Amino acid sequence: MALLTIDKTAKNLVLTVQEYSLFSYRAVMNLFRPPVYWQDFLMQADIIGVGSISIVLLSGFFTGCVLALQSAATLSAFGATAITGRFVSLSMIRELGPVLTGVMVSGRNASSMASELGSMVVTEQIDAMRALGVDPMRKLVTPRIYATISMLFFLTIVADAFGILGGSIVNTFMNHQNGPQYFSSAWEGLRYPDIVQGLVKPLFFGYLIASVGCFYGMRTSGGTEGVGRSTIQAVVFASVLIIFVDFILTQVLLSVLAAWT
Amino acid sequence: MDLNPASAQSGQDSAAASEGAPVVAFRNVSIAFDGPPVLNDISFSIAPGETRILLGPAGVGKSVLLKLANGLLRPDEGSILLFGQEIAHMPEEQLFSLRTRTGMVFQEGALFDSLTVRDNVAYQLIQERVPDEEIDRRVHDALRFVELEETFDLYPASLSGGMRRRVAIARAFIQTPELLLYDSPTGGLDPVTSTTIIELIVKERDVHHTPSLLVTHRLQDAFMLCQHRFDAALGRMVPLPKGETDPGTTFLMLEEGRLIFDGSLHELVRSKNPFVQEFLE
Repeated sequence: MALLTIDKTAKNLVLTVQEYSLFSYRAVMNLFRPPVYWQDFLMQADIIGVGSISIVLLSGFFTGCVLALQSAATLSAFGATAITGRFVSLSMIRELGPVLTGVMVSGRNASSMASELGSMVVTEQIDAMRALGVDPMRKLVTPRIYATISMLFFLTIVADAFGILGGSIVNTFMNHQNGPQYFSSAWEGLRYPDIVQGLVKPLFFGYLIASVGCFYGMRTSGGTEGVGRSTIQAVVFASVLIIFVDFILTQVLLSVLAAWT
Repeated sequence: MDLNPASAQSGQDSAAASEGAPVVAFRNVSIAFDGPPVLNDISFSIAPGETRILLGPAGVGKSVLLKLANGLLRPDEGSILLFGQEIAHMPEEQLFSLRTRTGMVFQEGALFDSLTVRDNVAYQLIQERVPDEEIDRRVHDALRFVELEETFDLYPASLSGGMRRRVAIARAFIQTPELLLYDSPTGGLDPVTSTTIIELIVKERDVHHTPSLLVTHRLQDAFMLCQHRFDAALGRMVPLPKGETDPGTTFLMLEEGRLIFDGSLHELVRSKNPFVQEFLE
């Protein structure tokens, strides 16, 4: 009995991975064959990008503040409070900016995509779209994937900037350190590979957020309860995948960029 | 006539031969979803100008059959011809263009709730980048046909169930399709609204003579469709003389995934099949 359960679970897992791979491949390749729904891309870019600015800005800002607070105590033990700026900027740009932005956008948009598309599935709107001769993959999924990839790139830059700003405010007004020195240290500590690393990650995370959100939305079944289930699965899998892929990407990028420099 | 699989095949082959190429033809179609077959060895066809009413209790596979007819679902076995083309294994990309020649009315309307009635009805036209003036004109025409012109700027959420079905019918009609598929268009509606919907279907049948497949479990709707015609002079549906039925409107009946009846209303009411008799009672 237990073996049967393991067997069934393993098969389901493999099937899900296969379906997800085919789904995301089709969604990505749709950009290179007409029709391409640019208007839907712009609308999604507005919903995902502009709509997420406030949460990304606030989470980036307060993460920078916390980093400055936490690091000050440790760095002062070594008499190195002068490099707080470097510590905050490197942490934000290389790691926390992309990951936090990804997780925040995943919570907001992967859930929204899964629930929106899931509702459309259970109310037969997706079937209606197909019956009207429109490909839901092209119309709904492809614009969301490319909009999330492009917007997450810019949102990460916003999060990085506001994180460094938050760190500087804490550094100056709470840790009573020199403000210009903070920025000078932040600037001097940065290298191109750090920036490249920080800006490559959101491209992958954006792809993951949208493809997972749409995938779970489009395979929704079981009415409104199913929509809730898809939403939860989308957020959980997107968030966990972001952390996992971040680990893989960091390893790969560190190796590649080390060879490059 | 009551059917066994062999007679179903030969019966519809002879019908197709005598009436020209069928618009839709099912040949030994079966489909299952993680269990016993939902539809088993289904064969029938729809001739040009013909209206076929698919009867059967809830959960017998009527909606599945309708979705198979325009490729929204794929059969496990058998073949389906739509406008003479085999669609059972046709790539989805090719099916999209074929589906633009059909109109489908879904069970609950399936209107896009984020779009206005105008944009819902004009959905196909908008995708084809038809100029706005022409879209507005054609949407007004389609909404006038279903007597809902005043809903032009409204959202589906502000419409009643019956109005949504009528908007869905307008959306299906707007491109003057070559085949209409109705999935329980009167399901869950009150008798007055149901009659309004049936009147629209009769109007479409008698004005445009579009072949159609209508799924329902409501006998009164099926009988009304068969026993009425649209009077263009009066602008409304009128009953046919007693004992007469529309010759182009015929019946199919499903029982546990099998097609057990294919024939006219007279044949249906005289059927000796116990299930048909029970259903009619």
